[in-house]
Amino acid sequence: MENVPFVLTKLPSKSIMFYCIFSHMKTEQYKIIEKYLIKEFVNRLFPISKVVAPVYKGFGNYVFEEIKSEENVTFKYIPTILPPKKYLLPKKETILEFKKNQELIIQPVVEYENLILFGVHTCDIAGFKCLNKVMSDTPKDVSFLLRKEHIVIIGIECNDYCDQYASCAFVGAHLPTTGYDLMFTELNDIFIVHVHSSKGTNIVEKTGLFKPATDAHIKELRELREKKAKIFYNEIPTERRYIPDLFDRSWNASVWKELEEKCLSCGNCTAVCPTCYCFDIAEEVDLTLKSGKRFRIWFSCQLDPFAKVAGGIDFRKERSARQRHRFYRKFRYHVDRFGMIFCTGCGRCSRTCMAGINLKEVLISLIKESEAKIWRKWL
Amino acid sequence: MEKVVIKESPYNVKKAKIIDIKLLTEKEKLFQLVFEDSSWLHFEPGQFIMISLMGIGEIPISVCSSPLNKEYFEICVRAVGKVTNSLHRLNIGDIIGVRGPYGNGFPIKILEGYDLLIIAGGLGLAPLRSLILYAIDNRRDFGQIHILFGCKTPQELLFREEIEEWSKRVDIHFACTVDRADPDWKGNIGLITSLIPGVDIEPARTYAAVVGPPVMYRFVIKELLAKGLPVDQILLSFERHMKCGMGKCGRCQIQNLYCCKDGPVFTFKEIMDMAEAL
Repeated sequence: MENVPFVLTKLPSKSIMFYCIFSHMKTEQYKIIEKYLIKEFVNRLFPISKVVAPVYKGFGNYVFEEIKSEENVTFKYIPTILPPKKYLLPKKETILEFKKNQELIIQPVVEYENLILFGVHTCDIAGFKCLNKVMSDTPKDVSFLLRKEHIVIIGIECNDYCDQYASCAFVGAHLPTTGYDLMFTELNDIFIVHVHSSKGTNIVEKTGLFKPATDAHIKELRELREKKAKIFYNEIPTERRYIPDLFDRSWNASVWKELEEKCLSCGNCTAVCPTCYCFDIAEEVDLTLKSGKRFRIWFSCQLDPFAKVAGGIDFRKERSARQRHRFYRKFRYHVDRFGMIFCTGCGRCSRTCMAGINLKEVLISLIKESEAKIWRKWL
Repeated sequence: MEKVVIKESPYNVKKAKIIDIKLLTEKEKLFQLVFEDSSWLHFEPGQFIMISLMGIGEIPISVCSSPLNKEYFEICVRAVGKVTNSLHRLNIGDIIGVRGPYGNGFPIKILEGYDLLIIAGGLGLAPLRSLILYAIDNRRDFGQIHILFGCKTPQELLFREEIEEWSKRVDIHFACTVDRADPDWKGNIGLITSLIPGVDIEPARTYAAVVGPPVMYRFVIKELLAKGLPVDQILLSFERHMKCGMGKCGRCQIQNLYCCKDGPVFTFKEIMDMAEAL
C-alpha cells in the first residue's frame, strides 16, 4: 500500500454504504452452520443437483468444475482461471438445429441444466449481475435467462484480499449486496448464511443443517464488515464516480500507444473477464450434409476479424484501438447504456496477461496523464 | 444437459422462398422472397434482415424493396464472401432463412414534408432504393427529390431499368456518374462528390440520405456541409458485420452505440464526434 505514489482517497461515502447494508440486516434472513458441518453440507447438495465448485489444479490455479465429493472443494481460493460465467454463457452453445430430409426443419434450441454453483466470490456475482443486465435488455436472450433460472448461486464472502491484482473495493464488489441465493460468511467457528431467495430457502430446508442466527451473530457479522472496511482500500487513487469523466478525457491518452507496444492481441483478457460476453455465430454440418447446428461461440474484440466488414475494412485495426475499446467498454460505454461499471475487480485480466498489462496500472497512468492535462489548463 | 425447443428464441428464423432472381450486374443479384407462411415483412426503409443459409452461415442484408409492397420483399446481394457466393448459386424455389427486421431505418415520418437528397455509392443504392420507392409511392408527401448515384464503372450500374425510369420522371431529379467510363458511356464521369455542387437545394428543408462505402462518407459529408446542410439533417447508414442483430454480440459497436440497435441509420450529428465510426 505504501508504494502507491498518491494519497489514497477514502472509499466513497463509506458510512452511507454501511448504513444501507446494516439497516437491512434482518436476523430472520440469516442462518448459521457450524464449520465442521460445511463438508456435510456440500455432501447433501449432491442429491439435489449437479454441483460446481472451485477446485485446486496446482501452480496456484483454481477452476470451477463439477465435483462428485466434498474432498475436492477449496474454500479459500484466488479467482479461478475462467469465471463461472461459463455456466451461464457457455463457450460454445447450440442455438439452432436444422435437418433436411424432404423438407427443411429448423428448430431454435436452448440447452440448460440444474446446477448449484457453490463458493462463488462476490466479484463473480457482480459479473453475473452485469451479464444479467445485458441479456435482459430487449430483445431478451432466452437461453441465458432460462439457464440462469436453473442455477442456484451459493456465495462465499472474502474476508481479505486474494492477491495484489484484485481491485474489488474500487468497484464496490468486495461486499455481498445482491445477486445470490445463499451467501456464506466465515465468522470465528461458524458460517453465517444470508438466505436471499426462495431457491436459497429450498437449499436450507433440504440440507437441514442450519440453525437460526441470533442477534449476537448479526453483531459479529457487522463487526466483521467494519473490519473489512479497514482491510479493503480504494486500490485506484480516484473515486468510482469520477471514472466516466476520466475516460471522457482519455481518448487520446499516450497510455493506449504504450499498450499497443505491449499487447500481443491474444484475447486472453476478454476470455477470462466475468463481464465480457461478445460472441460469434457459426455453424457445423454433419458429415451426411443432411443436418447440422448453428452455435454461438465466445469471441474477443482483441482478435483480428472482430471489427472487419466485407471488403476488408477493419474499424479497429491497431492494437491500441482494441485495448482502448476493451477499457472503454468496461468503464465508459456501459455506464451510459446500463448505468454500471462493467469491471468487477476480480483482476483476472491482469493475472492472465502474458505481456503483463495490468488493469490497475493502466487506470493509474490514465489518472496521472489526465491530471497533468488539467494542470496544463491552469498554467 | 436438457435441451428444449423454444420457438420464441430471438435466433429463430422464418423460412422464405426465392420466387425470382434477377442478375443485375456481374456480381450482384436481386432476390425476390416471400415467407412460406405467407406473412408479410413489416419494415422501414433502411432496416436490415439476417439471411441464413443453413449450414453455411448468416449475414446481415438490407431490404431493398418498398415497405408498401405486400407481395414480396427483395434483397440485393453482391457475391463477396462464403454466404453471398452460396446465395448466388441458389435457384428459384429454394428456401432460405430470414429473421428480423432489425435496427432503425430512415425516419420516414420525420422526412415527410421535406426535400430529399439521396446520395448512393455503388451497392449503397440497395437500402436507398427502399426509401426511393417509398417516396415515389407517396410522392405527394415529399418535396423535391434529388437522387445522385455513383459507381466505379458503367458495368456496375445497379437497377438499370428503374434508374432509366427515374431519370425520365419530371418530379425527380436524377444524376449519375461513373469513376471510369467506357466508350459507350454518355453520362458524367468523376466521383460522386462532383455532382453535389450542381444540385439546387434549400438546405433548411432538405434531408440528405447517404449510403455507400466508408471512404465515400468523408468526402460527401464535406460537400454537404459546404452546401449548408444542418448536421442533424444528414442521414448515414453504416456497414458493420452484425452477428446477432440485437445489441448483444458486440461486433457492430461504435463507441457506446450499437449499429444494429441504434442504427444502422444515424444522423451525422450523432456520430460526428466519434472516432472509429467512419
